[in-house]
Amino acid sequence: MNIVVCVKYVPDATADRQFESDNTVDRVGVDGLLSELDEYGVEQSLQIKEKAGDDTTVTALCVGPEKALDAVRKALQMGADKGVHVIDDAIAGSDAAATSLVLAKAIEKIGAETPVDLVVGGLASTDAGMSVVPAMLAERLGLPQVTLASVVEFQGDQVRIKRDGDTATEVIGGTMPLVLSVTDQSGEARYPSFKGIMAAKKKPLETWSLSDLGVEADQVGLAAAWTEVVDTAARPPRTAGEIVKDEDGSGATALAEFLASKKFI
Amino acid sequence: MSEVLVVVDHVDGAVKKPTYELLTIAKRLGEPSAVYIGPADKASEVTDKVKKYGAEKVYVVDDAQLKGYLVAPKAEALAQLVEKASPAAILIPSSAEGKEIGGRLSIKLQSGLITDAVDVQPGDGGAPVTTQSVFAGNFTVQAKVTQGTPIITVKPNSAAPEESEGAGAVEEFTPTISDTAKTAQIVAAQPRQATGRPELTEAAIVVSGGRGTGGNFEPIEALADALGAAVGASRAAVDSGWMPHTFQVGQTGKTVSPQLYVANGISGAIQHRAGMQTSKTIVAVNKDEEAPMFELVDFGVVGDLHTVLPAATEEINKRKG
Repeated sequence: MNIVVCVKYVPDATADRQFESDNTVDRVGVDGLLSELDEYGVEQSLQIKEKAGDDTTVTALCVGPEKALDAVRKALQMGADKGVHVIDDAIAGSDAAATSLVLAKAIEKIGAETPVDLVVGGLASTDAGMSVVPAMLAERLGLPQVTLASVVEFQGDQVRIKRDGDTATEVIGGTMPLVLSVTDQSGEARYPSFKGIMAAKKKPLETWSLSDLGVEADQVGLAAAWTEVVDTAARPPRTAGEIVKDEDGSGATALAEFLASKKFI
Repeated sequence: MSEVLVVVDHVDGAVKKPTYELLTIAKRLGEPSAVYIGPADKASEVTDKVKKYGAEKVYVVDDAQLKGYLVAPKAEALAQLVEKASPAAILIPSSAEGKEIGGRLSIKLQSGLITDAVDVQPGDGGAPVTTQSVFAGNFTVQAKVTQGTPIITVKPNSAAPEESEGAGAVEEFTPTISDTAKTAQIVAAQPRQATGRPELTEAAIVVSGGRGTGGNFEPIEALADALGAAVGASRAAVDSGWMPHTFQVGQTGKTVSPQLYVANGISGAIQHRAGMQTSKTIVAVNKDEEAPMFELVDFGVVGDLHTVLPAATEEINKRKG
């Protein structure tokens, strides 16, 4: 089986995340890492490989600036077999639609010799968090989407997932090739072992530019984006509230009093 | 004035509140047209409801040939409707399904997509300008679509529904659904059990519990019922198996923005804050006075939720008479 798992390099959510003067996310000035939610995609890809057998290849694919290589490296350390890093100055500022174009072209290139059976993604990135790239990829690649899985099962080329849908718990089925996305409910992602970290250094890693993928520079980047961020503003800090200590039931009375004063009762 | 398409949020023809919010927003941007994709026999019921909130037109798409498949057929139907109606914008409820429909539609129509808007207003020339809350609610972003037909998914509670009688002219629309759109099958669906409480993402008040409950959600539920609120949970409470994942508030659960959020025994990790930071009023009860949640609150009680909440609930019920 040929599996491609998409991984995104994002600014650390616990760091002081900022925007650049052109309203794009600052991806260089803030420490970054493999998006936590993409680790679950890597984990599920590896679990599928473990069940499917040795002739399965997991390729970690990342689009992003130089430092984004860290995300690919982490996936390799966890156990992915190969890495592909698409890097090109023209990509900076791309929106989800352009990112999905670059990913789709890279997936086609990865599958040039052995067709890709499974494209795996996470629930959402921890920066933009749109949760739409798997659907966009499925649309671009003309594949079924089996998304937001909390449990993944497969047999032969049949994939079945369980998920918490908007109004129901659902079982979704599809036939490979397809696009799969998994949530953080799908199972804890493994930590890279020392052996895994050493082995990752010898794993094949390719670096592609837009011209390798046949994508024109004017199809991507900030200027080609279909959406424009016109303004960004830090939310004003919340004004410090009143905090009381509960002593002999005083807290409950004060709480009810506060809720009544705000007309919630 | 151009049409603005509003995708009706419903379960088997029962219209949900975000639909009225979207219609109210659509009226700011043009002439609201509701798009109902569902069982045809519920169409007149739906029409009666959406015209009260300004729907001039109601496109009825019988879902007989769409249902049972995930996302793709609905995106195909909407793309064909957009080509026919040439609307000024498309507003979609910001559910998991809504966002994925938006993703596919964006590529089909080569049009910009904005997700999770918390406000939409007409900008220069009437084109929509959206407001989003990003980076765990620490930043507010304004954005617009610069190519194609703006596709915007809008979060619940983003507008106060305003009644205004529309013509509600019904137009049936029959899309052509390709075989490739019918490849991800919904094999089984178990509708969520009704809790008798408001839905988490739509509720005006949310009462949540975390690790500090020790697994006992009774005080949380009792307070929620006294306030007419929905019940939520932190990831710690969900991971401990105390509450189902569908109750989780936070980065990997639901994002809520109610009038009042009451966090009980929740420390306030950034992942949880990401899901509730934009709530209008925030109240916390926690034994640990150092809990980061207290940095966000309008009102906080340092105390044991197992004694504070039942007493507060009793007091509230007394005041309600």
